[in-house]
Amino acid sequence: MSFDFPLLSLIIWLPILFGVAVFATGHDRNAQLARYIALAGSILGFMVALPLYTQFNVASTAMQFVENYVWFERFNVNYHIGVDGISMPLILLNCLITPLVVIAGWEVIKERVSQYMGAFLVMSGIVNGVFSSLDAMLFYVFWEASLIPMFLIIGIWGGPNRVYAAIKFFLYTLLGSLLMLVAFIYLYKTSGGSFSIQDYHQLAIPLTPQILIFIAFLLAFAVKVPMWPVHTWLPDAHVEAPTGGSVVLAAILLKLGGYGFLRFSLPIAPDASHYLADMMIVLSLIAVVYIGLIALMQADMKKLIAYSSVAHMGFVTLGFFLFDAYGVEGAMVQMISHGFISGAMFLCVGVLYDRMHSRQIADYGGVVNKMPIFAAFFMLFAMANAGLPGTSGFVGEFMVIMSTMKISFWYAFFAALTLILGAAYTLWMYKRVIFGQVANSAVEELQDISKREFVLLAILAILVLWFGVYPFPLTEVMHATVDQLLVHVNSSKL
Amino acid sequence: MQSLYLLVPLAPLLGAIIAGLFGRRIGRVWSHRITIALVSVSLLASIVIFFDVLKGNVFNGTVYTWLVSGDTRFEVGFLIDQLSALMMIVVSLVSLMVHVYTIGYMHNDPGYQRFFSYISLFTFSMMMLVMSNNFLQLFFGWEAVGLVSYLLIGFWYTRPTAIYANMKAFLVNRVGDFGFLLGIALILFHFESLDYRFVFEHASDITDKKIELIPGVEWLVITVICILLFIGAMGKSAQFPLHVWLPDSMEGPTPISALIHAATMVTAGIFMVARMSPLFELSDTALSVILVIGGITTLFMALIAVVQTDIKRVVAYSTLSQLGYMTVALGASAYSAAVFHLMTHAFFKAVLFLGAGSVIIAMHHEQNMQKMGGLKQYMPITYWTMFIAALASSGVPGFSGFFSKDAIIEAVHFANIPGAEFAYFCVLTTVFVTALYTFRLIFMTFHGQPRMDSHTKEHLHESPWVVTLPLVVLAIPTVISGWFIGSIVFGDYFANAIYIASAHDAIEKLRVEFTGIGGMMIHALSTAPFWLSVAGIFTAWFLYSARTEIPEKIKYMLYPLYQLLDRKYYIDELYSWLFAGGTRTLGNTLWKYGDIKLIDGFFVNGAARIVAFTASMVRRFQTGYIYHYAFTMIVGIFVILTLWLK
Repeated sequence: MSFDFPLLSLIIWLPILFGVAVFATGHDRNAQLARYIALAGSILGFMVALPLYTQFNVASTAMQFVENYVWFERFNVNYHIGVDGISMPLILLNCLITPLVVIAGWEVIKERVSQYMGAFLVMSGIVNGVFSSLDAMLFYVFWEASLIPMFLIIGIWGGPNRVYAAIKFFLYTLLGSLLMLVAFIYLYKTSGGSFSIQDYHQLAIPLTPQILIFIAFLLAFAVKVPMWPVHTWLPDAHVEAPTGGSVVLAAILLKLGGYGFLRFSLPIAPDASHYLADMMIVLSLIAVVYIGLIALMQADMKKLIAYSSVAHMGFVTLGFFLFDAYGVEGAMVQMISHGFISGAMFLCVGVLYDRMHSRQIADYGGVVNKMPIFAAFFMLFAMANAGLPGTSGFVGEFMVIMSTMKISFWYAFFAALTLILGAAYTLWMYKRVIFGQVANSAVEELQDISKREFVLLAILAILVLWFGVYPFPLTEVMHATVDQLLVHVNSSKL
Repeated sequence: MQSLYLLVPLAPLLGAIIAGLFGRRIGRVWSHRITIALVSVSLLASIVIFFDVLKGNVFNGTVYTWLVSGDTRFEVGFLIDQLSALMMIVVSLVSLMVHVYTIGYMHNDPGYQRFFSYISLFTFSMMMLVMSNNFLQLFFGWEAVGLVSYLLIGFWYTRPTAIYANMKAFLVNRVGDFGFLLGIALILFHFESLDYRFVFEHASDITDKKIELIPGVEWLVITVICILLFIGAMGKSAQFPLHVWLPDSMEGPTPISALIHAATMVTAGIFMVARMSPLFELSDTALSVILVIGGITTLFMALIAVVQTDIKRVVAYSTLSQLGYMTVALGASAYSAAVFHLMTHAFFKAVLFLGAGSVIIAMHHEQNMQKMGGLKQYMPITYWTMFIAALASSGVPGFSGFFSKDAIIEAVHFANIPGAEFAYFCVLTTVFVTALYTFRLIFMTFHGQPRMDSHTKEHLHESPWVVTLPLVVLAIPTVISGWFIGSIVFGDYFANAIYIASAHDAIEKLRVEFTGIGGMMIHALSTAPFWLSVAGIFTAWFLYSARTEIPEKIKYMLYPLYQLLDRKYYIDELYSWLFAGGTRTLGNTLWKYGDIKLIDGFFVNGAARIVAFTASMVRRFQTGYIYHYAFTMIVGIFVILTLWLK
């Protein structure tokens, strides 16, 4: 295939077009049609993304699949897109998760089906846009646009307290990203009128403005990740969101923040990154330990998994600020793996919620007696969440802990506490929900998973095991890009 | 030969997958046939490899590259030498016997196929652990056996005690793994490789490096590494103070108590330290720590065994104590003796556990020895095999346990690092205690008057052949495996696999004195351990066969001591208050005050309230009455004019 073919544009716009088509089916009379169009669009979206991997040149440090057209000539804003070893795996992850959430909502969503399915497809395209934008304005547009579908998904199909959660989610993330816009405008001025992100990487900026830029970006990205102490929107959003919303939120949207650090903060403000590295490491470690302890005490399964997400994302930000190959690649692997595992965990809770309409751990007990196949899947994902070797959950944490030891024994000590805390909160929940005697008459009537649910969980189970046993392909694609990034970040711009 | 290496772990893995995923479809009989056939393949391959290794064919190579990051390649590979070859035989032999035994023991269990899947998976994991040539794969095997242990302790998942015990086992092991992983991280940091051979070859390069963990106090890096690795071993091999999970693990079905919690998995820590001998030999401090921890475990766990009435718990505490022996041997640099005791213990302890299981079947799942007695006449095979194992366990000359234990005691006697005297006292005293609790079990269970109810008594009979065959097969090495001490411990069997610094010459001194197994037995007659052992057996006979009313009297005379032992020194209570309770309180406090009150209450909703408050203030100016606006305008004009005209 020739690289002149606008593959990336197709990956971005195809899901959005399908999303519009799904919206067009309109009323719930056509719900089945909406479902099938959504499924076709999401699977097609995944298929067209596959060449990104097969045609990807792992030895190259340059942007690949680049497209560049003028958008607003007056402000030098371009439709400039391309991918490298950092963004490519994230796009594939996103394209993979989309069909899964469509299938997950298949029978569960009965009202406004077309709008629900359409929102996910549109979001999938927008997120691909975020990951492939090489123009700051284009990036900003996609970034803010990604808020809208999720805001609607939580606000319309969410639980009883959905409006509070949706608004909290929206305001938190919107406020965070406003300062990012200010940073872009500053960079536009200093660079002499460019919105090209790659130009920004080459700018020599003095330390003080670097720090200010870093902080502006930090607010935007830290909220998304989310880092302690700006994480409190996430448990609320997860608890209220429908299953599909939680899956996309955890598996994809949190990764936007992590991606932002690698694309903007580190290369544009490398000196500030080094200057503030200790602060970032400490904030990440607080996420691992403090949030791990909080997760232990949750009575609501979704809240527990939400907090565990924050703790796991702590490893991502921790890895970035070690400025070392193990750390950054480990953090990247952690992002991908967390996409599978947290997605699977939320799907598992969804399976239970669809049957019992409760997320309270106390309402369950002895589920294994009635749902043995489900219990086996849930066990696998719980162990992956606890970072068991042989699952993808281990790889990233292992690499980051190895890297942390190079900086300080005590940092590594606190990071490694996840081994105990992660196992404690995950297995304690598992024990109370799955093991034991059948707890009540509602559990007594549970049916084991359907074929549809089996397929969903099996796909994720295979991925979790595959990348646990053989993570080589993951790091292979990011190797060249990360090496170049590290050389760049470790040389001063002052 | 290399494909044979792959066969050893992969055959049981295949069995586990077949029985696990398709168990329901292929049925019970085919599940056990397939898994047993595949574990037999593993055993045969291990035997062939063992004889190949005896010829001197050692293998160290990569299977595949797991990951490349920076300049480091993380690989999965095998190191097949004398140490791993021996372990492979022990693991696959005991595993095969336990597979066969399970047919009888789990006969009526609805989770039959699942059980076979788990124990085959365990065999795979354990093989990956012992065959590894690098720390990463070691850690994989390490955690994988922990996972299977978790699954098997909680096998009867409706029992509250079982699902409490399995979570406890996993978490306590994770505490050990936490130290272990930090140790691995320090190794990677200082050697930039996780490959055994590379690390061992360069171990002497870092002997001068120091690390400041607490400001002002410098430690040798190698000491820190060794102690961290040993914390991992303490978790897996259940050494004090991380021993608390092992007695509770008896909630699992008895076959796995034999396989996992006696013969193989719990010895992983011992194996690991022996494997790392080139590192541990560089740190006397770490060896002293090992000696003391091992000594404490040996003595204090043996004492608990004396007051237990549950037959499996006696054997469980005995396992703890025997693991303590192995640990002490490691600390005395007698790695070969530790591994040798690991092997003999695997056999005699497997017999004790499987025999206990056989008794439990006959007793209709009654485990309290006070309700047994006189079983000898009903179950002769079980009795005699257990009797042999008890002799081996007590260290009666001629039986396997005698040789391995005597070597350890003598080695500790010759050791010259701090802590050796304490450890020597512990291991010597424990000889008496071991003989006492082991024969207490034999006498209470098999001798004297039957104390069970009449219904159970009528149905007493020997177990089926699938249960007794493994007992008989394992009883053979229980007797004879000790006779190889000459080549394994004092010979050059481990010369390539284990490194001993010349200053730590305990084994060397023993080697000089060694004059064959006959000489060793004759020499023993004039030493303390033999007489302590005889005294222990005699005491057990006197108290539990001849004058059975005395133990009760002693119990009331020394009630506080009895209470202390019966409550296991109150360690469980302490941990559940301090760690489980403390962590929950901390988590709750952070959540209620940190997240809800401070971050959400004060900052997030506080910010929202400030906006709302400001808006409500500003809103008052927007009254909509034209005269308010006109009035404001007039005031404004007045002010401006005043300033302007000044």
